Amino acid sequence: MAQRDYIAPTSVEAAIGALTSAGAGARVLSGGTDLLVQMRSGRAKPGLIVDLKAVPGAIGVRQAADGGFVIGAATSGAVLGEHAALVKAWPGVVEAVNLIGSTQVQGRASLAGNLCNASPAADSVPAMVAARAIAVVVGPSGQREVPVEQIPVGPGKTSLGPGEFVTEFKLPARPARSADAYLRFIPRTEMDIAVVGAGVNLTLDASGVVTSAHVSLGAVAPTVLLVAEAGQALVGSKLDEAALAKLDAAARAACRPISDKRGTVEYRTQIAGVLARRAALIAYSRAGERA
Amino acid sequence: MSKKHVTTTVNGDPAEFLTDPATSLLNALRDELGLTGAKEGCGTGDCGACSVIVDGRLVCSCLMLAAEAEGKRIETIEGMAQSGVLHPLQQKFLEHAALQCGFCTPGILVAAKALLDANPDPTETETRYWLAGNLCRCTGYDKIIHAVMDAAADMRQVRRAS
Amino acid sequence: MTDTLDRPATTPELKVVGTRPIRPDGVDKVTGRAQYGADLAMAGQLHGSILRSPHAHARIVSIDTKKARALPGVKAVVTGADFPDLGDVMHDGGEGVNNLGYVSNNVMAKSKVLYDGHALAAVAALSPAIAEAALDLIEVKYEVLPHVINVDAAMAPGAPQIHEDMTYEGQPSNIAKRYQFGRGDLDVAFASADVIVEGEYTTEPVHQGYIEPHACVCSVGADGRADIWASSQGAFMVRSMSALVAGMPVSNVRVTPAEIGGGFGGKTVVYLEPVALLLSKMAGAPVKMVMSREEVFRATGPTSGSSMKVRLGAKFDGTLVAADVDMKFQAGAFPGSPVSAACMTVLSCYDLPTMRVVGWDVVTNSPKVAAYRAPGAPIGAFAVESAMDDLALKLGLDPIALREKNAARDGTVAAYGATLQNIGYVETLEAVRDHPNLQAKLGPNQGRGVAVGFWFNFGGESSASIHLGDDGSATVATASPDIGGSRASMAMMAAETLGVSVDKIRPIVADTASIGHSMVTGGSRTTFATGMAVIQATEKAIEELKRRAAMTWDVPAETVEWKAGAAHCLDVKGEAKSLTLDQLAAAAGKTGGSIGAEVTLTAQGAGPGFAVHVCDVEVDPETGAVTVLRYTAGQDVGRAIHPAYVEGQIQGGAVQGIGWALNEEYVFDSKGKMENAGFLDYRVPVASDLPMIDTVMVEVPNPKHPFGVKGVGEVPIVPPLAALANAVRAATGVRINALPLSPPRIRAAVDAAKA
Repeated sequence: MAQRDYIAPTSVEAAIGALTSAGAGARVLSGGTDLLVQMRSGRAKPGLIVDLKAVPGAIGVRQAADGGFVIGAATSGAVLGEHAALVKAWPGVVEAVNLIGSTQVQGRASLAGNLCNASPAADSVPAMVAARAIAVVVGPSGQREVPVEQIPVGPGKTSLGPGEFVTEFKLPARPARSADAYLRFIPRTEMDIAVVGAGVNLTLDASGVVTSAHVSLGAVAPTVLLVAEAGQALVGSKLDEAALAKLDAAARAACRPISDKRGTVEYRTQIAGVLARRAALIAYSRAGERA
Repeated sequence: MSKKHVTTTVNGDPAEFLTDPATSLLNALRDELGLTGAKEGCGTGDCGACSVIVDGRLVCSCLMLAAEAEGKRIETIEGMAQSGVLHPLQQKFLEHAALQCGFCTPGILVAAKALLDANPDPTETETRYWLAGNLCRCTGYDKIIHAVMDAAADMRQVRRAS
Repeated sequence: MTDTLDRPATTPELKVVGTRPIRPDGVDKVTGRAQYGADLAMAGQLHGSILRSPHAHARIVSIDTKKARALPGVKAVVTGADFPDLGDVMHDGGEGVNNLGYVSNNVMAKSKVLYDGHALAAVAALSPAIAEAALDLIEVKYEVLPHVINVDAAMAPGAPQIHEDMTYEGQPSNIAKRYQFGRGDLDVAFASADVIVEGEYTTEPVHQGYIEPHACVCSVGADGRADIWASSQGAFMVRSMSALVAGMPVSNVRVTPAEIGGGFGGKTVVYLEPVALLLSKMAGAPVKMVMSREEVFRATGPTSGSSMKVRLGAKFDGTLVAADVDMKFQAGAFPGSPVSAACMTVLSCYDLPTMRVVGWDVVTNSPKVAAYRAPGAPIGAFAVESAMDDLALKLGLDPIALREKNAARDGTVAAYGATLQNIGYVETLEAVRDHPNLQAKLGPNQGRGVAVGFWFNFGGESSASIHLGDDGSATVATASPDIGGSRASMAMMAAETLGVSVDKIRPIVADTASIGHSMVTGGSRTTFATGMAVIQATEKAIEELKRRAAMTWDVPAETVEWKAGAAHCLDVKGEAKSLTLDQLAAAAGKTGGSIGAEVTLTAQGAGPGFAVHVCDVEVDPETGAVTVLRYTAGQDVGRAIHPAYVEGQIQGGAVQGIGWALNEEYVFDSKGKMENAGFLDYRVPVASDLPMIDTVMVEVPNPKHPFGVKGVGEVPIVPPLAALANAVRAATGVRINALPLSPPRIRAAVDAAKA
């Protein structure tokens, strides 16, 4: 019968060492809300579970000198939601991670887990991508910084090498009049995996014109998409109907969804346009409130 | 394969047990500690029947390894009544007939307690969204929501009076 | 919010019935003390696990269990060969009569597996991990066969034949049975119609969705005597079905009921117990078996998916003149869908002289269907009530007025032959029509839907006993598992009959060795039939109490009356004497021994249930998402013994119907495997999906029950499917005839209508 062991290393080095020596038989544990479900179904059969929550810096939010945020990889959505400054600067990121599952799941689920589980429908990822978040990755060959959209490479697969894991995320400093928003479509009001997710991050100038826009879509391709054309559709506009129509079209054009038990190709494509518009309007309204 | 020795606090008292590293906290509570109040409805974090509070945070115990309980403070349904006196939520559930088969009830009570600890004056919408992770198939949630909001009102009065 | 409207005049003076005491088992349930099926651990118990077919349809060529048996820690292994062949033995045990051969085959396959998840072997081992590892060592050779699941496909010529001996009109078929009900000349009646409305409708299988998975612990001793601890809707059903399927004498088996975490009909059959019995017998140790949620979905009965046609004919003024209904229901792997009950109920809210209702019971490569709350009726009502809504629209009539015009009343002969008496259907229509919710203004993209429903409710066999303690308390025992608060109702009816406070009554649910035979808790029968047994047992005890008083006073027994919890008489001097229950109970040891009584009865005269529901929705036209804004559920409840638990039945049934209408369905892949066997993608309503469910309880007492009780638990699930479909039609202008009304389906329908 399979050997199982669990450790909770208290340093990055110890964690890297344990992961490297156990090789493919090891899985990292962050919030556990994906790993335990996969162990239960038999999809994951780790010989060694490496709990990263005791590694220094794994949990917590701090503001960097430049005003950006550094978020410990294993920080739960609930903790993020209680950080007033983070909520103010990045309402989209925080609302996205706090849409995952239930209140119970949000008490454990982490940004790193959600990203590295690499589900095409992960809720926090489109918001993080639109925010231009950076993942700090450590491993046997040292530390590197990776834009978050480069971590997932396909459903259930990441670009992380053997022994590598994410220690923290960096969110850039926020210019004035910037805000983000995340919307997803689900058939119920809670608890469902996103049929489509849309994250929009905007910066406005003093007159309310969009100077920078990032639009990211989830659940419409094997990995989360950063849709450059959709962002460009908004730049220079005040989100008039013409700009929104261009955004809608660009979002739909970028979709490469599948038909499955949660939605068809046609439906997902339609909804991508609808959500991109609605998320853009929310981000715009929030940005306008932030001097 | 060796078992892990876990030392933890459950409902205010020290507790320890041996566990297979892959065992969930839910199974350890039920099988090692005999605390069968938390239930398995799904084992995948979709129903909330296994809800417990860990270091003040509402979680699904089926989504935690028993080994992760080391050094933590765990509260289960069994600790909700104090010295034989029901918590106001428990009392209101009885008065409002907010349970039928009762299987989801421990999880919902623990979740509701966590809600009122975080937000003593929730609206109906806030209450419904907080409890969205607790499935009930019998009641249609109506009386549950009434009971939680009524308990919240009582608890606010007690707090004001004291 | 709830309104209760009382029928005046014949209402007796009730002190306990109609109040809302705390339920006697409530503290246990809010503190985690109550013990459900999986909460018991027996010393030395082994863990049982089941090997399930990965194929939707296959012949079992061979099963080799050698390696599994050899694994250290494995104590027993069984396959279908270890269960007796029960042929076509019929047994009345659960709800009605079951073919034990089918039950046994479903518990464990013999020569063929008929659905993905069908059990074909089981092991008992020292731990769940060893049991799972042993399952991996069982080698099964399958000859995979083509499968069919959709009911129309299963009936089509050339469909894979699931049961080799099943024929229809001389041809190999998957049609197990055809039912026909009706009266009058259909062609003449339709010819007389001013308008005709037609529709074709489909629904998908949905699961009862109880939060507690099936669980049991079985212990067979070396003498063959067996104890079963299980949560179920009836310990006697578990006892006889498990014993017969396992090939043991029924008298050797004693079943102790655990608390049950929901059933809704799905726990009126056995799945694990016969397997655990055999494993325990072989291993010589208790065996505990608990299903995972995935097993519950894959291998326990959902209710049928369906394909239906309705044709209605009416006069311009709304009078119905003819109805023609054809319903095809999936039975799952073995015959026995609820299509005949659907046939009997689907038009029973209407006074209709001419009708034809045809039902087809069709086997399919999906789990054998089990009863689900008013089995069959919600499905048929979806079709008929949608068609009625189209008729109302076509005629420009208010939907409630259309129902009233054609309403079944006292004296109406229902489609299934019964003459309805003492029904409160019209009263319920009026009460709902007058509810303030129906005045609420509707905005853009909002719509209101109305639908009605009928369910017969059952009587059946129940036993009850009452024993008085010497402190005047009374233990009332029945065999009816308490799924929704029935202990409270039993205590209240006993207290009312005795004339004492409900606190003096201790209701328990007894094991099969300690109480007389009872049918299951189901069929909306418990408060009616078990309640009747409780009342009669209490009346017998009262007779004995009066006799003891008479003995004490040395007067003839006939001169003693029982009132307000005491025996009263006038003595020879004309003075009033009384002895309270407490006094008589305290003296019982000296007057002849402790006082008690038991009654077994088969209750007749169950009153049917009528429900009228109104639903307001808002539909997002861009996403197809449906928000339920308002829900009003009216029902004739006879008399609400404990109003809060009656409201609870109405609210719970309505919400199950809402889930069925909007989001629940079994999704099968091209290989016939269920894709959504978990609560993540099998979407039952969550708290944030719903508004408060406003109930309107109309009391038109049933004269056949001492307190006027009518069954209430099932009929509330009958109207919601059409109420939602009709509301969506009103909100979008588009009629959708397929359930569930999922957002993609609504968006596509709205788009198609625009084109």
